[in-house]
Amino acid sequence: MNNAITRFLGTNPLVRDYGMSFVLLLLVVLFSALTLKQQHPTGADAGRQVADLILERNNKPRVVVVTRNTPEDIEFSNAAVKRLEENGARVLATVRGAAPDAKQAIEAALKSGEAIDAIAANDVTAKWTVYDRFPEVGSGKCVVPRSYTWPDFLKVSNLLGVANQTAIYAIIAIGMTMVIITSGIDLSVGSLVALASVCVSILLRDWFGGLSAGVAAVLIASTASIAVCAAAGAFNGFMITAFRIPPFIVTLGMMMMASGLSFKLSMGQSIPELPSSFFWLGRGHIFGVPNPILLMLALYVIAHVVMSRMVLGRYIYAIGGNEEAARLSGVPVKRVQLAVYTICGALAGLGGIVLTSQLSAGDPKFGLMYELEVIAAVVVGGTSLMGGQGKIFGTLIGAFIIAVIKNGMNLTDVDPFNQKIVLGAVLMIAVLLDTLRRKKGHR
Amino acid sequence: MQGIEKSFPGVKALRGVDLTLRSGEVLALLGENGAGKSTLIKMLGGAHQPDQGSIRICGQPVNLSSPISAISAGIGVIYQEFNLVPRLSAWENIFLGRERSSGFVERNTERRRAKELFEQIGVPVPVDTPCGELSIAQQQLVEIAKALSQDARLIVMDEPSAAITPQEVERLFHIIRDLKSRGIGVIYISHRLDEIFNISDRVVVLRDGQLAGEGETRSLTRQQMIEWMVGREIQNEFPKIRHTRNQIRLSVRNLNRGSMVRDVSFDIRAGEVLGMTGLIGAGRTETARLVFGADRFESGQIALDGRPLQIRSPRDAIRNGICLLTEDRKGQGLILTSSVRENFGLPNIKDFARFGFVNQTKERLAFSKYVDQLQIKIPNQEQLARNLSGGNQQKVVLAKWLERNAEVLIFDEPTRGIDVGAKYEIYLLINELAKQGKAILMISSELPEVIGMSDRILVMHEGKITGEIEDATTATQEQIMEMAVA
Repeated sequence: MNNAITRFLGTNPLVRDYGMSFVLLLLVVLFSALTLKQQHPTGADAGRQVADLILERNNKPRVVVVTRNTPEDIEFSNAAVKRLEENGARVLATVRGAAPDAKQAIEAALKSGEAIDAIAANDVTAKWTVYDRFPEVGSGKCVVPRSYTWPDFLKVSNLLGVANQTAIYAIIAIGMTMVIITSGIDLSVGSLVALASVCVSILLRDWFGGLSAGVAAVLIASTASIAVCAAAGAFNGFMITAFRIPPFIVTLGMMMMASGLSFKLSMGQSIPELPSSFFWLGRGHIFGVPNPILLMLALYVIAHVVMSRMVLGRYIYAIGGNEEAARLSGVPVKRVQLAVYTICGALAGLGGIVLTSQLSAGDPKFGLMYELEVIAAVVVGGTSLMGGQGKIFGTLIGAFIIAVIKNGMNLTDVDPFNQKIVLGAVLMIAVLLDTLRRKKGHR
Repeated sequence: MQGIEKSFPGVKALRGVDLTLRSGEVLALLGENGAGKSTLIKMLGGAHQPDQGSIRICGQPVNLSSPISAISAGIGVIYQEFNLVPRLSAWENIFLGRERSSGFVERNTERRRAKELFEQIGVPVPVDTPCGELSIAQQQLVEIAKALSQDARLIVMDEPSAAITPQEVERLFHIIRDLKSRGIGVIYISHRLDEIFNISDRVVVLRDGQLAGEGETRSLTRQQMIEWMVGREIQNEFPKIRHTRNQIRLSVRNLNRGSMVRDVSFDIRAGEVLGMTGLIGAGRTETARLVFGADRFESGQIALDGRPLQIRSPRDAIRNGICLLTEDRKGQGLILTSSVRENFGLPNIKDFARFGFVNQTKERLAFSKYVDQLQIKIPNQEQLARNLSGGNQQKVVLAKWLERNAEVLIFDEPTRGIDVGAKYEIYLLINELAKQGKAILMISSELPEVIGMSDRILVMHEGKITGEIEDATTATQEQIMEMAVA
């Protein structure tokens, strides 16, 4: 039985290279099925849909638009009003609030002698009972958007949210993948996130005038902070290559040092004095896709090219596969290791900048335990801790497997303690698969 | 063993092999690498299970489903890579996993038993020294003692002579004859035909997972065995061609590093194959590593074509046209987890790259040239290096250095653990390189090879060059051994 599993894992190329994508797909299907339910749309599209429904039934209708006072409902209301008025309807009143507001508005409309042909509502406001108090209106006049069945998990907003939250882990995991493929490890990335966050916000606050800092200042401060983290990574690499101290110890030391430094610099405080141009990176979007996701994808494409097509990537795999053989084949082992730890530090710094931008403040408490999340993503993505083997896109899939499990469990109301247990088990299963695969590879 | 079959993904390793061993018999198992010898003995050791066929001991069918069941069936397998824990002493290793009593180690009993075992074997081995500090030959004895302590009735030795000196081999033979007289059957695997004639009663030759030939050793000729192994005729084991030796290319002067390399000087001329031999630990490999920059020398000079070289790292050596084929192919020669193409490309990558981007088409094309030329047997270039047989692995390493077009080639045990066919091809290649005027340093422990393939021979002992034979054709094994133990 065990034999059959190992044979399957080891020899089937589909499973070997893309096994984790199947797992991800399976999870998506699972959580889609579990979160399937009736969806009541609201927002601009729903508003236009309701307007069209009303216009179909009546010629030049007189309409009251009733919504709550939430951002999505306001979009709904604006779109509905616009579409109605463009097509010759008269909007007698637009209600944005609670049931009493609706009552008032309808009363006022009726008092002024108008008849109401339809009420544009959504699933919540249509359930209000106020309409039945007016015999000439009645809840029968409510028009609501068509509802449909769709998983909560697969809603675009949820998916983008998941991707947006994962982006930072995934970005840092690129560097970690490279480090782990050289059969090293970097525990300092979490602390470097905090260091970058504190550095960039202090630079902006104290040197560039805080809230009033310009775009150039933001660029300079961000670059400088990333450079600080790259330098910390380079220092890791230097200690590892020059003195042959195990990476685990060096980066554990750096983890403490960087964390201590960020608390010292920030005096333990969060730093919210950041200019609005700084938020573009973390909170802006292009064509509806949040910038962190775009940044992440771009970095993954670059990293994939580096690892599969460039000399540096070839050297990284070679060192992890057999450091001595690589050295004897003329690979500049120390330079490559130095480069890899520097890249890892820089990407952790970049992750810190994005996180700061997303959360609108610098904070020395950011990045706590990120190193473990990131290592987990790398391992789940199929990179071997023994070095020499692994794929960049595997890591992206690994990061998303973890993110999807977390999100799915949130949506299905699994309590946070159980979530931790599940995530731990997932990590172990990933390593188990790797071990079985490895067993089959040897003979 | 009857009708043994075994398949691995993509390979049928054994197809219906029968093997019998009488008690008190030494059976030599021969075959090229990949012929199925290792698979066969791993089944005896319980590491693999046959897909088909049965194994019987004294007529009783046995199920060797794990190493432990093999041990209890009375089979001791001594693999090429020993199964010893380096930090543990000899006696601890002998009894590892079989400690008697209730969780407490019976230190004194075990130590005494271990000493007795070594007395039986007739060689004193320090029982308290950690095994990692013992010599290879001593570790081998620990393995033998371990097998004896398990009351083994059948002992399998996989290339036991590969890493030990001729005297140690002699002593090993003595022990094997002793085992034989006690009724223990021995399966002896080796590529060295001299040894086969010396020690074995019967010979079984495997080829491509099948029985290629079998017979009493006395009635067989060397020629016959080789033909069984390769499946065709080979006229000459060492196809040496001598070229006119020209000007001095590599010149090494007064190289020193600790006690391993002391004041070593030599020259190699264009078109010359300089054989270097000596006992294990004589400093041959260490010298090669210094010339290649793998280790730093404390003092000395290296010059190529009269031009002094600064060699601080393998990179420097490679840049200057020196390359080293290491003795430890798997540990130092190859990245086993990478494809053969990537292994080939590693030192040559700058030739295939522009602006840091590797042109894989170019790389693939360059490698395919060598796949044809060296007849490397691979299904495709993406094959992982670890899936290849020893001979093919060695050819991949050769290909990567040939592509460098180096001027000085150092071959450290180029034919170790390689089958006869591949050996022959490597000899032809060495001839070809010499013809091109390269300087070749060939380190080898196999004296027939050193004599047969070199133009000139250097012998090392305890870090020093203790002898030189100007014309290798006049050399004898006795003469070399004398210099090697000087």
